[in-house]
Amino acid sequence: MIPLEYYLLLAAALFCIGIYGLVTSRNVIRVLMSIELLLNAVNLNLMAFSNYLDPATATGQAFAVFVISIAAAESAVGLAIILAIYRNRDTVDMEAFNLLKW
Amino acid sequence: MTLAEGVQLVSFGLLAIMVIGTALGVVLLPNIVYSAFLLGGVFISIAGLYVLLNAGFVAAAQILIYVGAVNILILFGIMLVNKNQPFSPVRRGWIRLFATGGVCLGLFALLATVVFGTSWQISSAVPAGDQATVLIGIHLFTDFLLPFELASILLLMAMIGDIVLARREILTDETPADAVSDALTLPERPRELVSATGETTED
Repeated sequence: MIPLEYYLLLAAALFCIGIYGLVTSRNVIRVLMSIELLLNAVNLNLMAFSNYLDPATATGQAFAVFVISIAAAESAVGLAIILAIYRNRDTVDMEAFNLLKW
Repeated sequence: MTLAEGVQLVSFGLLAIMVIGTALGVVLLPNIVYSAFLLGGVFISIAGLYVLLNAGFVAAAQILIYVGAVNILILFGIMLVNKNQPFSPVRRGWIRLFATGGVCLGLFALLATVVFGTSWQISSAVPAGDQATVLIGIHLFTDFLLPFELASILLLMAMIGDIVLARREILTDETPADAVSDALTLPERPRELVSATGETTED
């Protein structure tokens, strides 16, 4: 059986890649994709714990189903916000969206 | 999963390499369309990992929802905001790159220390396997009933919010002046553009 630590390490690496993309991306849509990477890393952790620590009841899988449904709603709303702000500002540069800065 | 030990390890290694490689491609490639397709690769590889983790139902849901819906939605978004603009370099942008890289590496080191420093209580119970689908259904309608209903309300709110956010204001009572050349366009309420270069007026 594969050790549990391998899955946790893989999820940690995916999470770190997602955070790097979230902070350094200039394109708005790439920021949205990085958020999806973060959510997938969390899901992978949930499923690994579900299989190794509590394999008989599948509670972690139910959690993962909830996370997937919330992620779908989140990406749809994020994309609608991006479309609205793109129509307003005519750019996709994150640095140009500084309307709320002082 | 009834695979042999070595087969599981080799498939895990291949899937892990695919996940990390495609995720790096998503973050680092300059072309956003390539990034979107590689994001589909990330989702499919993670679905493979779910199959290795005895969760066939969630793997199928992952492919259906992420690859079939979210990834297509992101591709639509890319094509709707299809703007090929060169980004003006930020002043002292390399500080941000190196600081973020350092923070991410530090976070990874911290997580790895925690992962290897904790003694996990591995259960020896028999995995649910294909019975997991029934178990998830039982969970959703007994002890997770309230989150389930809240999720349905949240999805409804997200749908209505999307329509409100992304719609355009179409004027229905005006007919276009030139009926031939404007046959494929709808009259849209004029809106004022906020200048993208930043306001330098009042402070």
